[in-house]
Amino acid sequence: MGNVVNLTDQNFEKEVTKADTPVIVDFWAEWCGPCKMMAPVFEELAGDYKGKGKFAKLDTDKFPQVSGSHGVQGIPTLIVFKGGKEIGRIVGFAPKDQLKHKIDEIVS
Amino acid sequence: MADKYDVIIIGGGPAGLSAGIYCGRFKLKTLVLDEKPGGTATEAHNIENYPGFESISGVDLMERVRKHAEKEGVNIIRESVFEIKKEKVGFIVKTDDAKEFACDFVIISTGNKRQKLGIPGEKEFNGKGVSYCAACDAPFFKDKVVAVVGGGNAAVMAAVLLTNFAKKVYIIYRRDKLRAEAVWNERVENHKKVEIIYKAQVKEAKGENVLKSIVLDNGKEIETSGLFIEIGGLPSIDLAKSLGVKLDKDSKIIVTDTQRTNIKNVYGAGDITTASAGFMQIVTAMSEGSIASWDILKSKKRDAEYE
Repeated sequence: MGNVVNLTDQNFEKEVTKADTPVIVDFWAEWCGPCKMMAPVFEELAGDYKGKGKFAKLDTDKFPQVSGSHGVQGIPTLIVFKGGKEIGRIVGFAPKDQLKHKIDEIVS
Repeated sequence: MADKYDVIIIGGGPAGLSAGIYCGRFKLKTLVLDEKPGGTATEAHNIENYPGFESISGVDLMERVRKHAEKEGVNIIRESVFEIKKEKVGFIVKTDDAKEFACDFVIISTGNKRQKLGIPGEKEFNGKGVSYCAACDAPFFKDKVVAVVGGGNAAVMAAVLLTNFAKKVYIIYRRDKLRAEAVWNERVENHKKVEIIYKAQVKEAKGENVLKSIVLDNGKEIETSGLFIEIGGLPSIDLAKSLGVKLDKDSKIIVTDTQRTNIKNVYGAGDITTASAGFMQIVTAMSEGSIASWDILKSKKRDAEYE
């Protein structure tokens, strides 16, 4: 899990809102099958984008107030933040190449 | 030179992985290319009809099946397939990541894509009230009102799961009778939280930032925070089509009783085929996968006798 930052309600602001690079946050939960299937893909992407963007994940079960305040009512959801603001979101499972394509589209 | 396999299986759901397990045990060099690990089975929160398991989640079951396949020597790669090309001998399979693999036999087990309603607001509120996976999203609707669209197994199972969280669950179905297994129907038909609206369809999803209500075709508007769309799937047939594989009127791959398609050495297995009388279950998908593997083994042996 080397490349993906674990978010909590405590470090969300420091790691996401105040980050210099784009941050891609994976909202997930233990009970969610597609989230579990996507986790290794997300880990791979974090490696591929090293230096270009930060990859982080938030457990919506443990920190419902954080996911709630971002209007997340379905998982997996990836939200891309830049300068503390949401610039795009990807809802539902997607295979690696599609995720890559969508992230590039949002960030560019 | 592309890596060479005896069999390449496209799709790693129950059909594909079961085919992989059998191929592995038949000592066929086998690759599974899998864009959605475990397939749609991983979206089932509770499977109660897989023999030997009175209750198991889709994720847990498919995790076991994947490990089993790997133990039998099957190589599983998480990538989508871009193209299958027929060569003079065998096939070349190209992935979206520009990798190439060669093989003698192809099994297409790409399953179904979730069907959407295609109504205004559906896309806008996806992940903000609109959901295609009750097992993933039900816990977000604690003490809220939700609606499920559909009347088959997936829809009724979703409604049952939602009663554990939501304060009220509508089932909206276009026919006049639910058609899930009786044991599931019974759990919603007399449930105090569940209201079933028959002969109705959802025409629009409305809201502001998040879903607030849905409009039915009879003009009635229902306040709801969640809309769970469980109306089945459409076959993922792009690859099959490009190979010239014959499909029926519902876009399912037409297969023989040994899972062969009209193209030599191309097989179909699982939800995507016309086999198993259209009964789309994990056991039937697995069965189709095993039959395809058996037929491939026999074909190989026969070819070897002529050489």
